[in-house]
Amino acid sequence: MMEFEDKTDAGKDPLGLRVLDAQDVELEKALTNFKSCVHAWSEAAYSRPRTPAQEIRHRSRRLAAGWALGCVLVAGSVSGGLFERHHKMVLAEITAQQRAVEQQRQLREQQAKATESDEVLLAGVDSDVSQQVPSAMEPLATPLADDETK
Amino acid sequence: MGHPVAAPEEWIRILWRVVNSDFVRASTWVMAAGTALEAVTMATAEDAAAQEFARVVEKHRPQIFRFLLASTRDVDLAETLTQECFLKAHRNWANFRGESSAMTWLMRIAINLQKDHWRNRRMQFWRTTRTNAVDLDEASEWLPSGESSVEQQLLAKERVKQVWRSVEGLSERQRTVFLLRYVEEQDLSEIAAATGLSEGTVKAHLSRAVSRVRLELGGKRS
Repeated sequence: MMEFEDKTDAGKDPLGLRVLDAQDVELEKALTNFKSCVHAWSEAAYSRPRTPAQEIRHRSRRLAAGWALGCVLVAGSVSGGLFERHHKMVLAEITAQQRAVEQQRQLREQQAKATESDEVLLAGVDSDVSQQVPSAMEPLATPLADDETK
Repeated sequence: MGHPVAAPEEWIRILWRVVNSDFVRASTWVMAAGTALEAVTMATAEDAAAQEFARVVEKHRPQIFRFLLASTRDVDLAETLTQECFLKAHRNWANFRGESSAMTWLMRIAINLQKDHWRNRRMQFWRTTRTNAVDLDEASEWLPSGESSVEQQLLAKERVKQVWRSVEGLSERQRTVFLLRYVEEQDLSEIAAATGLSEGTVKAHLSRAVSRVRLELGGKRS
């Protein structure tokens, strides 16, 4: 039957929590060093010079810097938004003007085309119709000739 | 004929004589003296209590601060919690009946404050970015140089860093029990009184915490 090793030493460690065999000397040493470390740090931190005024000044400076930065960010974003809006409005105006100019140009072109087509038509009419003028007595000549043959 | 009815002026005169009589004057003096004596006694008791509390603060403040510093690894937070602890203790000083030692009573307040702080921090998750806790390397730098060689000093610092790391990984109760035992060197009954746990529970938490530390140091688990 296996026996459990009794690691407690009632004389030295009444709690029975400290492990005292050779293998755990390192653990005990680490714990002792840990305690010394905490004590040294605590003493140093406890006895450090305290400067509440400076701390308050630092805090107020930090607060002021934070507010200033926040204000700058807000102002920047607002002015950026306004600038962007203004820029869009200017662009829209330019586009509208360009569109109007283009429409006017197209209208003018259409009008010019229409005028040109009228002139061409009139020219055609002139060339086709008014150039072939019949002789003045011709319409009457043919019926008279018919009557004579009869 | 009946007794003649006294005029109002006569009644006032009679009352004035009674007020000015030696008996009334003497009793008034006695009452005033009693009131003054009571006030003086109360003031003296308050002074004594204040002096007693000041002595307690002077004696136990470093220990409370040390425990909170080890728990939080944050000097500013430890100072704030220490102040809150003594403020709370001052408010309830009249209710302290001395059933446990003042140190145990104060430690209990400190443990509860620390618990409340972490609970609030968990609730307010955005505060986690504002923690000022120093890292393990910095915390381990405070080891007094008691070792003989540089290698041994480095090894000791590394071991202390490992202990810090394992303490960081412990549960809240295990950490509290571990620090009270191995930093404050309190015995089981004191730890049980401070934490409100039974001695058996304290022992179990301590055992688990030590196992964790041993594991971190690369040893065997008990």
